[in-house]
Amino acid sequence: MTMFGSNLIMYEEEFDRINAVLSRLWMDANAKLVFLVDKNGQQIAAKGDLDKVDATSLASLTAGNVAATDGLAKLIGEKEFSILFHEGERDNIHISIVGQRLILVLIFDERSSLGLVRLRVRKAAAELEEVLTQMASKAAEQGEAPASPFAEITDEDIDALFTE
Amino acid sequence: MSFINYASREINCKIVYYGPGLGGKTTNLQYVYERTNPQNKGQLISLATETDRTLFFDFLPLDLGSVRGFRTRFHLYTVPGQVFYDASRKLILKGVDGVIFVADSQEARMDANLESLDNLKHNLHENGFDLAVIPYALQFNKRDLPSAVAYDVMLRALQIKGEPTFEAVAPKGIGVFETLKAVAKQVLHELSKK
Repeated sequence: MTMFGSNLIMYEEEFDRINAVLSRLWMDANAKLVFLVDKNGQQIAAKGDLDKVDATSLASLTAGNVAATDGLAKLIGEKEFSILFHEGERDNIHISIVGQRLILVLIFDERSSLGLVRLRVRKAAAELEEVLTQMASKAAEQGEAPASPFAEITDEDIDALFTE
Repeated sequence: MSFINYASREINCKIVYYGPGLGGKTTNLQYVYERTNPQNKGQLISLATETDRTLFFDFLPLDLGSVRGFRTRFHLYTVPGQVFYDASRKLILKGVDGVIFVADSQEARMDANLESLDNLKHNLHENGFDLAVIPYALQFNKRDLPSAVAYDVMLRALQIKGEPTFEAVAPKGIGVFETLKAVAKQVLHELSKK
């Protein structure tokens, strides 16, 4: 919980590992697209044919979807629904919760199957959880996060953002 | 809960527009969308009912450029204002970095403003946040309406901690960017403390 109590900070090493897991999953599951999103709707990493989708909207709607489903689960006394599956005419979306904080999204068509996807996702999810655990212990070891890149931000910096 | 990605040098922050139903939250977002360069914005997503009332949320990703070498992206969300959508409102406040309260200036809506403000406090608390400390700005919308309550009166009724306040006419864009900027500023300052 300590790790997730504050801001999520991702470093190069974990980022690379996550990307490697997603790449493998993308290939092994014959998916069109694989996404990792945090529960607040921020996209963390993705692999696949990104040009054809609006990745930011996908991330935000996925998080909304998961949040609503979580709400439903609580209402009926479930802890969570760890897998959501949406079947379309051509494409399908498989959504699963990883380590309580992250959402793994996989888009696939008839070149794959739900069985294959479920199998591969299970393996990838275990690997991603490992990365998360590593991140948590790293955060615990280091105690405080490194100085924020914004530590010396000035009003001028911020004003500059809004002038076009 | 901002997400700082040191690998891709990106920072993502979440700002939520809160307030009573039909107060102009979605209109604020629509104006921001219309007035932002295409390369700096994503799609405006509205999960609305058939009568254009917000059902779950509106969402607009906004790219504000770089601060200290980090690409700064704000994710703007609105909540559904109608009282019975409370469960949805609570969900949207998850991981919020800053809140904009859009108050309706019409006299007949003052009770709704107060009720919504109470609801905001409560739902923030449920998500582990405190309105007293979270980046926050207050917007008095619909200032052009004849039934608008005097500024001083609204200020006394709704301001809670000396937060910046703005008079707005959202469809015309008056006060819209000013309000957003005020919260974005606080959010970035908050980050500098971490």
